[in-house]
Amino acid sequence: MGHPENAREFTRDIERTHWHDQALWFVREKRDRAARSVPEWEELRDQAARIKWHTMAHLDRYLEQFEANAKAKGIQVHWAKDAEAHNRIVLRILQDHQVTRLVKSKSMLTEECGLNPVLEQNGIEVVDTDLGERIVQLRHEHPSHIVLPAIHLKKEDVSDTFHEHLHTEKGNNDPTYLTRAARAHLREKFLAAEAGLTGVNFGISETGGVVVCTNEGNADLGAGLPRLHIASMGIEKMLPRLQDLAVFTRLLARSATGQPITSYTSHFHGPVEGGEMHIILVDNGRSTLLGDPTYRKALHCIRCGACINTCPVYRRSGGHSYGYTIPGPIGSTLGAFKDRKANRTLPYASTLCGSCTCVCPAQIDLHQQLYDHRQEIVKAGLLDRKKETTLNLAGWLFKHPKLLELGGKVLRKLVPRLPRPLVYNRFNPWGEARELPEMPAKSFKELYRERKGRQP
Amino acid sequence: MRIGLFIPCYMNELYPGISMATLEVLERLGLDVDYPLAQTCCGQPMANSGCTKDLKELALRFLRIFKDYDYVVGPSGSCVAMVRSHYAQFIEGEPGFDRLKERTLELCEFLHDVIRVEKFDVSFPYKVGLHNSCHGHRDLRLASPSELHIPCYNKLENLLRKIDGLELVTPQRPDECCGFGGTFAVTEKDVSVAMGNDRIADHLSAGAEVMTGADVSCLMHMDGLIRRQGKPLRVMHMAQILNGEAPDGAS
Repeated sequence: MGHPENAREFTRDIERTHWHDQALWFVREKRDRAARSVPEWEELRDQAARIKWHTMAHLDRYLEQFEANAKAKGIQVHWAKDAEAHNRIVLRILQDHQVTRLVKSKSMLTEECGLNPVLEQNGIEVVDTDLGERIVQLRHEHPSHIVLPAIHLKKEDVSDTFHEHLHTEKGNNDPTYLTRAARAHLREKFLAAEAGLTGVNFGISETGGVVVCTNEGNADLGAGLPRLHIASMGIEKMLPRLQDLAVFTRLLARSATGQPITSYTSHFHGPVEGGEMHIILVDNGRSTLLGDPTYRKALHCIRCGACINTCPVYRRSGGHSYGYTIPGPIGSTLGAFKDRKANRTLPYASTLCGSCTCVCPAQIDLHQQLYDHRQEIVKAGLLDRKKETTLNLAGWLFKHPKLLELGGKVLRKLVPRLPRPLVYNRFNPWGEARELPEMPAKSFKELYRERKGRQP
Repeated sequence: MRIGLFIPCYMNELYPGISMATLEVLERLGLDVDYPLAQTCCGQPMANSGCTKDLKELALRFLRIFKDYDYVVGPSGSCVAMVRSHYAQFIEGEPGFDRLKERTLELCEFLHDVIRVEKFDVSFPYKVGLHNSCHGHRDLRLASPSELHIPCYNKLENLLRKIDGLELVTPQRPDECCGFGGTFAVTEKDVSVAMGNDRIADHLSAGAEVMTGADVSCLMHMDGLIRRQGKPLRVMHMAQILNGEAPDGAS
């Protein structure tokens, strides 16, 4: 199933669709207020984009410098060329330390790599400790949003899930009650864990340290309580200097949730006393993307989710409708780049309204990328055959204005005379919920010629 | 100043009234307007779907037909954006293209920036909600997009304010997409319809009696929804209001 079919399913419950749309629009409005509180907002975006351009152009150098500086701080650095290598490295580190219980903070990269099932198959208990991620993990679902993983769920759904798994009172939907139950449950997991895995928001080349931003402090507990900390990091998370970070921390939380800054912005510069810290640098297709002039700007992404919140299609189709790890405009371009065939409907899951491009703190040309992907999809013969034939026919017709004119005339005369069921039926998807325009008697060309004829 | 009137293909066939309103608004300002009959389609529906094999020919055709006018003016933000933002991919470097690109303007943009109309001698005693169509809005920058932290402006609103009796109402979401999106309206029809209905509801709760905009395609989509559901909102293109026309069905 592609996006249209999944979206049709989602919009069937129109009340819930409205609720989802409004919940995310609320976040978008909060983001707007936060962005407007910074007079130099647009300059910050410019600067962020320039830093990313520069870093990506010299990524090899910055990565090697990062590795050297991290090692000097006693951090062990690993390189993973793909998801499989990443998962293998994590598993090996955990097995070397006889770890059976792992706590994880939010990491879209490990979602991308499919890490959890690999570890679980090897007898390791994996607990996602971000509240939203824990909720979807208990439900055996995937996150529907990269910042708000359980945004598709209402508090009643969470209550049911917690009742089933954490034995909370049935029907108690009080968010404070549910949050406290989750906290008590997670505290036990933190205390029992032998290792913690975190994602990475930014890696600082000049220091060799990594920065993790959360609102729940779960990364700090996960990295600080057990003796072993593994940080999984996409290679595009690199920043040259500590001072560059300031630009991004000002943009990240404001763009993501409208907060001035995340509750926790934690810098990790080495293992806890007597412990070990590992950083895994993951490529998994990123260097291929870096080599592509049309789409490389997608590597600027700081995973704030602003393009997702603002996307009117996402808000009305939900994250799972995309069928890719990352939903929304950024997910559609990354997904189509990664596997054009599997994700061929994603670049079309957009009206090209451009809101994503305007909202992006790193100035990724998101809607232009979706536009470009469409051409590649057609070139690869992956567009729905019916649609392609229709559009090619239209293209041909537009090159033959006489025929076009005749066709228009026939249509205008014919449609009003047809009985309604012949016009509105399953072959007319436009007419499922919409009336066709009223057919005028004459085209503008006809009117214009007549008018010209009347003029002296 | 000779103006080439650029009427989108589907407007020629389905919206001759709005096309004529465009011509009349321009002529009323004393402008010399010519409508070249050889024009067809700018190629936008194909390009937006990725079917670009005929695009070079269509773009060259457009260039040939329109290159000698002082300005090319069209009542559709998205078709103008096609020429200005997307033709370069197909005909960059063709003699006359750079000039054409600069001189192809959306109707309201032309009236606002080039003619700088002070006052429209018409009245429109209705509450009007403006739909800012995305391509005109974020691509041609007919107004400041709500996402950006830049000084606020809106060329379409500026024009509407020059009309007697017209009262602008403000929807809660100033520039959300209506969900038309070309073939999106058909291939993603469920989301498209949900988006359109949400825009209509927003305008209605703002108290709009008439919804207007600078792109007929968006208006066609929402008008189709409004008529199907019998909603009390009339849809008019900017050109019709600037031309002093009354809403359909009004005395």
